[in-house]
Amino acid sequence: MAAQLVRLKLTLLANAFRRSVWQTVGLVLASVYGAFVLVLVVLGAVAGSVAAPALTAQLLTLGGALVVLAWWVVPLFAFGVDATLDPQRFVTFAIPRRHLLAGLALAGLVSVPAAVTALAALGVSFTWWRDPVALVAALVGAVLGVALCVVGSRATTTALAPLLDSRRYREVLAVVAVVPLVLVGPAFGWLSGTLADSVDGGVQVQVGGGSVLGSALAPLVDVVAWTPFGAPWSFGPAVHDGAWGLLAARLAVTLATLAVAWTVWDRSLARALVTPRGGGAAGAGRGLGWFSRLPATPTGAVAARCATYWVRDPRYAASIAIVPLLPVVLGVVGVTGEVGGGLLLLAAPLVAWVLGFGISNDVGYDNTAFALHVATGVPGRADRWGRALPVLVAGLPLVAAFALVGCGVADRWDALPAMLGVSLGTLATSVGISSAVSARLVYPVPKPGESPFKTPQGATVATMAAQFAAMGIDLALSVPVLALALPAILLPAPALGWAALAVGCAVGGVVLVLGVRWGARVLDRRRPELLQQVMAFR
Amino acid sequence: MVTEPAASPATPPPSPVPQDPAPPDPSAALSLRGLWKRFGQKIAVAGADLDVPSGSFFGLVGPNGAGKTTSLSMATGLLRPDFGTVHVHGTDLWAHPDTAKATLGVLPDGVRLFDRLTGAQLLTYAGLLRGMDRATVAERTEDLLTAMDLTGDRDTFVVDYSAGMTKKIALASAMIHAPRVLVLDEPFEAVDPVSAANIRDILHAYVDGGGTVVVSSHVMDLVQRMCSHVAIIGGGHVLAAGTVDQVRGEQSLEDRFVDLVGGRRETEGLAWLRSSSASS
Repeated sequence: MAAQLVRLKLTLLANAFRRSVWQTVGLVLASVYGAFVLVLVVLGAVAGSVAAPALTAQLLTLGGALVVLAWWVVPLFAFGVDATLDPQRFVTFAIPRRHLLAGLALAGLVSVPAAVTALAALGVSFTWWRDPVALVAALVGAVLGVALCVVGSRATTTALAPLLDSRRYREVLAVVAVVPLVLVGPAFGWLSGTLADSVDGGVQVQVGGGSVLGSALAPLVDVVAWTPFGAPWSFGPAVHDGAWGLLAARLAVTLATLAVAWTVWDRSLARALVTPRGGGAAGAGRGLGWFSRLPATPTGAVAARCATYWVRDPRYAASIAIVPLLPVVLGVVGVTGEVGGGLLLLAAPLVAWVLGFGISNDVGYDNTAFALHVATGVPGRADRWGRALPVLVAGLPLVAAFALVGCGVADRWDALPAMLGVSLGTLATSVGISSAVSARLVYPVPKPGESPFKTPQGATVATMAAQFAAMGIDLALSVPVLALALPAILLPAPALGWAALAVGCAVGGVVLVLGVRWGARVLDRRRPELLQQVMAFR
Repeated sequence: MVTEPAASPATPPPSPVPQDPAPPDPSAALSLRGLWKRFGQKIAVAGADLDVPSGSFFGLVGPNGAGKTTSLSMATGLLRPDFGTVHVHGTDLWAHPDTAKATLGVLPDGVRLFDRLTGAQLLTYAGLLRGMDRATVAERTEDLLTAMDLTGDRDTFVVDYSAGMTKKIALASAMIHAPRVLVLDEPFEAVDPVSAANIRDILHAYVDGGGTVVVSSHVMDLVQRMCSHVAIIGGGHVLAAGTVDQVRGEQSLEDRFVDLVGGRRETEGLAWLRSSSASS
């Protein structure tokens, strides 16, 4: 049974290669990237073990713990990460659960992330190459650690499946997941900044800067090594230090965790197999919402629908959730990175761009629901303006407020006209470009109801090309206003700032009107073709 | 509106044979002439000619993959044909899509709805997109929700509807602008018997009032009982068309259908399936 499931998984993986060129290109790129990271990690670890063995061991324990944690938690947010062997699909086959479980566990190792994890775990064990006994212990730890990754992720996803099955929880979870993702960057920046400081200080006091960092990390590592996440990665150090009692204790923690995870998975699978999908509470709205507030015209209707979707569809809501976080991120980076609050000046144009770019694949987001627009023959003008207006109406005051706050915090009131010129210009320009681009180019995105983080298969390269094209045009059209605004802010030259405001608004307005008009004409001409394109994504 | 398909020299596409070019019937609700559609190597529809008389309850039947959905998509403006014309009450659909679409109500098969809207919102949206005024939309939304037995779920998001309810709300949004022709692809799929009977009543009343209904289905019994006219499609061609009695003759519609389409096999069947011994 296990062999059959592993073979099934391999076949599915091979078929994925055959399905489309883009997908193959994407998978090859992903594999190359994975191999690159792998080699870098292993080489770095082995090199580190020569230069600073104790520190490397500590870092490996922390890194390993993070990897296990990621395996357990990330699939909850990015729901459906690897559903190729969804246990639900085996419901109708009379497979004993014990066999099914073992087979699924082994088949879980057959994927790019699992392969990279396993190879990396085994590879970094060779940091103990000078101590054969510790090397063996580390290798055993690596195997157990990878098992913990796979079994643990299955346990959490299967156990929480009933919760994740409820549309509402899944959507809230997906939007909330944006927060840690956005904050990861600055967190690393802050961490590396702190570490760099401590190392800088350390080098002067004693030779071997790592040991200061090591002593800073030591208490953290001591705790982490006792957690289920870190235990399997700390066998090597225990053996190396000759602490056999410690080794036994960590082995016990690892095995106990593995047993618990296995049992949880077994139990939840038993329950999942007899509980069909579906159900869950239905959501309800009140009255007609925006539809009763906006004008009763096709344009008003499209605008009302889009405004409703911006809030209610997690794929849009996720990009709204980023907006309030952006200044936080920029503030943190600015303060820790010694650039100062001036970095906050970037918030307004960035938010403007995020909002405008949000509708650059609107028809792709509609998916086949776009058939309603085709069947009713909505005029292209109504379709385009309806999609653009909610972004403009909500975006204008928001972006202006961000510009005001940015200037206030940075104490650069003189830069306000230039800032407003850049921000409002960016908003109008990017909405205009998006209106034009989304009438001509559609690319696969997560379908309605899927997690905003799920990357549709075969999308990556084509998606990136389309996005880069739109971004390039966007940037090119922003050159005039930037050419005025940058000297205005940096010199500073207030007169240029006013010119930037005028030019930004003028260029933005022209691009907006032309973009929407061109998009409307294209849409009127090739609405059925556009529908066929999104139909092909199914 | 005729475009040459991009043909690779290695495999020249079979070109449509110019049959006697009967002009489109201006009195017909729907008049298809020489419709062709090719997807890659597969020819989905190969020269379909069909007249749907005004005021008829027209059934379109055919085996899976016969080209029913493709034909209906081309007849409703969702899919541009490679060749051929579609006239809706004498208006050329692909030359004047806006005029023609205003008189068409469409229920496509296998497309999503804007399902983050509530049922009432979706109907309102469909009405407003058609350019109707607010009062009319509100009034008809209420009537349609009542007729489809969805009043209790008016404020539930369509994404949380069951398959049958989804079908009903999609049908309602195809009818809100009081079209002269309703084209429904598989309207009774997943709909419970009571709702199906209600929908049939609504459609019959609509036909009695002068409207034209085109439904596709592969439930022969249903078509024989419900429809006044029928067309059998197979392999991308219209194999037979006319009133139900003309098409079926002395046979039941199902037997006539099997005769035309073929594919039934006289076999011993799966002998081992009869034994109840549980061997695998």
